[in-house]
Amino acid sequence: MERFGVTFLVTGVVTFLLGFFLQGLMPVLTMRKVPIRTVQEVAASVPAEFYQLAEDYPVEFQKSFGTPDPTSFAKAIQQGRDIYISEACWHCHSQFVRPVANENLRFGPVSQPNEYQNEMMLPHLFGTRRVGPDLIRESGKRSNDWQVAHLYDPRSVAPYSVMPSYTWFFDKDKRPTDRALAVVAYLQWLGSWVKDGVVTEPGLPAAGGQG
Amino acid sequence: MIATVDRRPLVNLTLVRWHLIASSIFLAISLLGGLAYAFQFNNMYPFAGIEWLSPGRVRMVHTNMAAYGFIANAFIAGMLFAIPRLTKRPILSDQLGMLIFVAWQLCMVLTIGGQLLGYGQAIEWGETPIFVDPLIVVGLVLLVVNIAAPIVTTAENGLYVTLWYFLAAFAWTGLVYFMGNYLPQFWVPGTAGAAITGLYIHDLVGLFVTPIGWGLMYFFVPLLLRKPIWSHALSLIGFWGLAFFYPMQGVHHFLFSPIPMYAQYGAVVATIAIEIVVLTVLVNFFGTLHGRSEAVRGNLAIRWFYTGMIMYGITCFQCAFQVTLTFQKVIHFSDWVVGHAHMVMFGVFGFWIFGFFVELWPRAVGRAWVHPRLLTMHYWFTVIGLILMIIDLTAAGLVQGYSWGALSHWSKSVMDSMPFWWVRSVAGLMIIAGQVFFFYALWATARRPAEGTVPAPIPAEAA
Repeated sequence: MERFGVTFLVTGVVTFLLGFFLQGLMPVLTMRKVPIRTVQEVAASVPAEFYQLAEDYPVEFQKSFGTPDPTSFAKAIQQGRDIYISEACWHCHSQFVRPVANENLRFGPVSQPNEYQNEMMLPHLFGTRRVGPDLIRESGKRSNDWQVAHLYDPRSVAPYSVMPSYTWFFDKDKRPTDRALAVVAYLQWLGSWVKDGVVTEPGLPAAGGQG
Repeated sequence: MIATVDRRPLVNLTLVRWHLIASSIFLAISLLGGLAYAFQFNNMYPFAGIEWLSPGRVRMVHTNMAAYGFIANAFIAGMLFAIPRLTKRPILSDQLGMLIFVAWQLCMVLTIGGQLLGYGQAIEWGETPIFVDPLIVVGLVLLVVNIAAPIVTTAENGLYVTLWYFLAAFAWTGLVYFMGNYLPQFWVPGTAGAAITGLYIHDLVGLFVTPIGWGLMYFFVPLLLRKPIWSHALSLIGFWGLAFFYPMQGVHHFLFSPIPMYAQYGAVVATIAIEIVVLTVLVNFFGTLHGRSEAVRGNLAIRWFYTGMIMYGITCFQCAFQVTLTFQKVIHFSDWVVGHAHMVMFGVFGFWIFGFFVELWPRAVGRAWVHPRLLTMHYWFTVIGLILMIIDLTAAGLVQGYSWGALSHWSKSVMDSMPFWWVRSVAGLMIIAGQVFFFYALWATARRPAEGTVPAPIPAEAA
């Protein structure tokens, strides 16, 4: 190959690596001291809403997840995350609270990097568009019943919503299947680590909210 | 047609034709998906209640088919035409070219099927299902081997600027695709993973679409205007500026996120830098047009090219402002960004591709355009429809951003957006109406009886 052509191929590789180092690898290095927690570690603290879900829909819950404990919670939030991805929920709902535009007043404490350092965020679901509100502080904001009704027919509880109805999360008797319960468990997990307006993460210094 | 030693024609027009056909089919799929998705915002989604045609899934088809179906196929067609003519060498293998063509369309079909069945990947612009990603990487490598071969073996002295862009893009595209689709999916979670997907969102446009697009501009514009590029020095500045600054600004897609602030500041500075650099490219092309500006009226391909370049100028001007933290407070997460994306992907690269079609389709099918007037209609419907959409979405973004910042109830931002979403659907219908003229013209031209003479390559506008 003539030297001249090689120049541009090498340029491509070198500039790619330079950009990758500055914009990709350096954030990775910054985060390297925060351990990546497994789903089981994340699911060890089960939010009250998950136990409530087992009481709200006892038959369906028993069939889908058995008894409410860290093991079934891990299974539920993973399934919920996978459905969130395959329905591309993340195209219209973001998962981080910015320190500007009064977002801490609307949603809750500003997002901290260590909150996202776990396998549930593989891949991360930050999102780039908000047609509906941010969801990273959704846990406990609304009841399980509200969430289930909202998935079946968003306009029954939010009259001006443009969200699609996810009727295929329900059986022919309009009872929630494991898919609906998994999504609700996932939504009730998002931000369950925020206690009294403070972001808590086991083994890590608590980061204060700014609201 | 210049015959080479092995008596193959220099340009494999059959391959060019097939890629153009595939490109137009995926354009139609992408546009219909976008229209259906827009109707969701008017509460009149046509496929409501059908799981595999859910709006979220259809949106993935819309964006992915725009990038990998419509743009990639048309760019491959353009490169299959430009590279042999610049190097005086045919591509490595016509059979391999056909294999890549079939494999690429198979990837597209698998992507559509996978996304509709719920196997989409949560990487923006890389929603191609995980099982399709390895096929695409292999396809890209084979494509590069096939069309880089003539550049490597050419006996020409020195490489033309088009080939600089192509060679750099060949190195970039595979690396970028691998990085974006694998690292955040399997190894890098959370904020660092977000930094890498930001880089992927950006590099897909910056290191795949933009260099190949500009490379083809450097080829087609001097060819059609029958004069050389205005300034070689500006070509050099444009290329090296793009190569240096473009790869280091991915995090600007996640400003004010938990990604470390040094990466965010770096991305903002690099973005503003590149906007200044790309101005030199625009100056270069408008310098080339100087003295031949009547071509914008008489030659439809040139008109598409320069309309796209004006869009490019507006995009970059807008980008230099919207990337600042001041603007980001208001416009991030809003429809402003959606308008920006449409201006880049459709207004710049889509318009250039229509220019390629105007020039290449008559050569690919061996017939002159049947109804040049239809192409003029296509131009005006598409351009006016898109400009309407951009203005509408930009304004909607401001309304939404200020509504959120003012802590209005969330439903207020949705209600206030309703009229804008109606205008967006109307603009989308207008663009699709334009494409109906276009598709009919493509079909009618391909079906017209052969005249036995090679048609004039530059169709004059009827009006």
